[in-house]
Amino acid sequence: MTRGSVRFEGVGKRFGKVTALEPLTLDIAPGTLVTLLGPSGCGKTTTLRLIAGLESASEGRILIGGHDVTHLAATYRRVSMVFQSYALFPHMTVLENVAYGLRVKRLPKADVQAQAEEGLALVGLTGFGARLPSELSGGQQQRVAVARAIVLEPEVLLLDEPLSNLDAKLRRHVREEIRQIQQRLGLTAVYVTHDQEEAMAVSDRIIVMKNAEIAQEGSPHDLYDRPASAFIADFIGDANLIDVEVTLAGATTGLTLLDRPLTLPLASIETGPAKLVLRPHQLQLSAEPLPGSLPAEVRYAAWLGNQIQYTLDSAAGPLFAITAPVAAPFRQGDSVHLTFAASDARLVRG
Amino acid sequence: MIGLAGYALLPWYISAGGFWSFGWLAAPLGAGSSALVWAMSGRLWLVGPLLGLGFAAAVLAARRPPLATARGLVAAGALGLATMLGQGLMILGTGTRFGLAEASQPGMGAGAFVTAAALLFLITTGISGLGRGRGDAFVTGLVGLVVALVAVFVFYPMAFILIRAFELKGGAGFGVSEFLPRFFAPEIWSVSCLGGGRWCGPAVNSLLLALLTGAGTTLLGLAFALIFTRTDFPAKRLLRVLTILPIITPPFVIGLALILLFGRAGTITEFFADAFGWEKTRWLYGFWGVWLAQMLSFAPIAFLVLIGVVEGVSPSMEEASQTLNATRWQTFRYVSLPLMRPGLANAFLLGFIESLADFGNPLVLGGNFNVLSTDIYFAIVGTVADPAKAAILSMILLAMTLSAFVLQRQWLGNKSYATVTGKADSGRHAALSSGVRRACYALALPWAAFTLAVYLLIVFGSFVKLWGYDHTFTLIHYKRAFGIIMRNGIHFTGAAWDSYFTTLTISAISAPLTAAVGLATAYLLVRQNFIGKGAFEFSTMLSFAIPGTVIGVAYVMAFNFPPIELTGTALILIIVFVFRNMPVGVRGGIAAMSQLDRSLDEASIMLGANSATTLRRVILPLLGPAILAALTYSFVRAITSVSAVIFLVSARHNMATAFIVGRVENNEFGIAIAYATVLIVTMLAAILALQALIGRRRLRRTDRVEAH
Ligand SMILES: Nc1ncnc2c1ncn2[C@@H]1O[C@H](COP(=O)(O)OP(=O)(O)O)[C@@H](O)[C@H]1O
Ligand SMILES: [Mg+2]
Repeated sequence: MTRGSVRFEGVGKRFGKVTALEPLTLDIAPGTLVTLLGPSGCGKTTTLRLIAGLESASEGRILIGGHDVTHLAATYRRVSMVFQSYALFPHMTVLENVAYGLRVKRLPKADVQAQAEEGLALVGLTGFGARLPSELSGGQQQRVAVARAIVLEPEVLLLDEPLSNLDAKLRRHVREEIRQIQQRLGLTAVYVTHDQEEAMAVSDRIIVMKNAEIAQEGSPHDLYDRPASAFIADFIGDANLIDVEVTLAGATTGLTLLDRPLTLPLASIETGPAKLVLRPHQLQLSAEPLPGSLPAEVRYAAWLGNQIQYTLDSAAGPLFAITAPVAAPFRQGDSVHLTFAASDARLVRG
Repeated sequence: MIGLAGYALLPWYISAGGFWSFGWLAAPLGAGSSALVWAMSGRLWLVGPLLGLGFAAAVLAARRPPLATARGLVAAGALGLATMLGQGLMILGTGTRFGLAEASQPGMGAGAFVTAAALLFLITTGISGLGRGRGDAFVTGLVGLVVALVAVFVFYPMAFILIRAFELKGGAGFGVSEFLPRFFAPEIWSVSCLGGGRWCGPAVNSLLLALLTGAGTTLLGLAFALIFTRTDFPAKRLLRVLTILPIITPPFVIGLALILLFGRAGTITEFFADAFGWEKTRWLYGFWGVWLAQMLSFAPIAFLVLIGVVEGVSPSMEEASQTLNATRWQTFRYVSLPLMRPGLANAFLLGFIESLADFGNPLVLGGNFNVLSTDIYFAIVGTVADPAKAAILSMILLAMTLSAFVLQRQWLGNKSYATVTGKADSGRHAALSSGVRRACYALALPWAAFTLAVYLLIVFGSFVKLWGYDHTFTLIHYKRAFGIIMRNGIHFTGAAWDSYFTTLTISAISAPLTAAVGLATAYLLVRQNFIGKGAFEFSTMLSFAIPGTVIGVAYVMAFNFPPIELTGTALILIIVFVFRNMPVGVRGGIAAMSQLDRSLDEASIMLGANSATTLRRVILPLLGPAILAALTYSFVRAITSVSAVIFLVSARHNMATAFIVGRVENNEFGIAIAYATVLIVTMLAAILALQALIGRRRLRRTDRVEAH
């Protein structure tokens, strides 16, 4: 294996009676940015801290760059971390913060200075070295934290919800910067977030976690287009989940939706109850009934300028639809008829 | 892994080469000769530690897999330490225990200390190699060190109290036969004074006194705390000063001042005798006098504790109560007061423990009123020394304070509703209803005035010839205590100079040590996880509950002969201060460290710093104020402490407080008070100097930042 790869072999973690992580196996390829995504409390931070060496595994083996580091203390792992709170040392200047890791490695003074300046330049903070962290804005502090982590040229860079303390506008900008730095330096990075949009925007691969386990992993596109469960379908991009009954499994799938038969051009393996996944923008609304359309009533309509969002009541339950802005949108209480393209629909287990 | 092992190796290789010497302290001939020499010249039992070290070297040289090496290290260290302990405890200065063999040896010296430390770190490094404590040799080493220190200097001497309590009369060995009758003897437990009799046993006296002092100080403390936080009382800063006073007040001082006021020749006594023809009684020398002195001494402590408690009641709860149309009185009665209840219990138990442990006030004012702490003292230094009696009394006193301590921890563990979450809680505390406010003022203000008067008197009293008889101004007390003659250089002729310098030196040495041990323990408790952490925390806080008198007796019993022979040295004074004051350092450190975000040290670790570097570069610099507080506190406590010290001072190393006791016993009140005044001024100066030191450091930092 090469420098920068991370491998978990059956790694689990318990805190007393609480299981923070079920034994799991995962592989992270060198030079990629992998995101751990999932709701709060699902074990993302624990996974990250296991890689860092800040927690010790209850079982299993952890390998970094092909070496077994399960019992290696955090100090000696070539892994850096950007903390949610940034954890900048308040009593040191920005430059001293960035130089800290180099200094404790006892590099020559001149090298420390030069590399630290270089790190600051990389995040666009040249000239800020003499300030204290408290004299910087949130976004600048965040970049200092990144610079401090990458000047050590770690094998793996860990980021725990690095954007959660920034305001929404800044978040998009900073996440692009982080991604660019990671790609430019060819770093392996593990990125933790609970924001699926952020995950989709920065990742090569996403590992979705739920209840201390991996729910699904794959590229952002994979996860969106081929959700393996209702949880993933709902978590990665919004989805309407409609109860259906699969009657015919095979290369194409036959099913009944509200007692009406329907054929989908996708493969399935078993018959029985399932859920149809339809993204909000895949639903078309019309005032007149169309062949095979589903009647519904507009319960709430929100006009957002670039789109219109509808909450609808239908025989299949409440549905959520997004359409392009039109001159005369539907109003609350209007009757509408829904259609969708059979090729857009996906099936997940019920 | 190899790097780790190498790091672990260093300390004991150096020790094996350089300091490998036992017994050089007392051996007249081969001064400085090493254990190796001794072992070869017939003291075969000294070979044990060498075996341990040799075994460890073999294990390391074998270059086996790390896990096996680690196990080997643990075994080697344990072997060495066990044999060393074994021989130390068996073979005493006068001969062996149980008459095993013909042998004797003096106390262990520096070489033994270094060897023991090396063996200890061998074990801890091995344990860290086994993957415990996240494989951090520094952390396991620190845990091992603190545990060993507490074991040797807290538990080992306490064990002696237990053993000596079973000693038979007349040095006839040990046995249970006399223990129970003596333990429950009516002379200790008599309650006849309750039924109108003249006399109660010291255990009962101590208990009654402690209950009343606990209740009184809590009530007064609450009144002060309410005034401080819930009213617009104009002189709040003056109240703050009240809280510092007991910390910098040498013992006896309050007792002396009370004598000057209420004693037979006291000002107030005289006044009432002249004005109303009241009889001059000796009421002060007994229960109520001691109680009054303790109230003056400990009410400020309750005040300090209760300020936090009263402020901790969330204003939003009081506001909620008021929006539900409760009056101020109802809000106070049904919301605020119940929320403070755990804090009040804590303050009560604190006062209770302090009162039990108090030695100075009963010694000065007790008269025929005996309490445990003074009886222990007289059992040791009295005309008929009775160590067994001292041990039994110590056990009773210890049982009382420990029960209170355990109770206090359980109260706080389960029922502290008044939590401080760290989340800013806006809103203002409800003002007091006028009835409560008036009650508080009525209770607190006269008391504050009284306290102030007492302290002014102290200063005044040091400048008059003979209090109560001759009030002409004089400097004679200062001259006799602190006289200096400038002839052919400076000569410190005053009687107090010796003990003054000793006190300052020993306090100055013990303060940083106390702070270091306390903060290191706090660091382990807050930042590290390890097996047995609960027990570890309990045992480090334990010495807080051990009364100074008991510690003093225990030290005399334990360190008077080999293997650890320390009595009469300055070292034992330093050690007693370090372990007496350590819990306060631990508490301060815990409080300060809990406020430091854990991710700061984790960031440092992630950047490749080890725990030691992290502690030095990140945590300590951010703990400035806590370190200052710990330093100040332990310095001042060392100066003012008397109960333990009085057993441990020697002619060469006399302490200020012990000197004052001597003056008081000779009725030389003038000198005693003059000395106390000098001590108070010294401590104030030290506090201010330390504060200025830290303050200046902060200034320099901002200067530099602005210069860029
Ligand atoms: N030090 C700890 N002690 C006990 N439980 C913990 C600890 N750290 C995390 N947990 C538990 O482990 C689970 C996973 O936590 P975490 O990994 O922090 O989740 P998240 O995905 O939000 O980052 C949670 O249920 C949490 O309560
Ligand atoms: Mg988290």
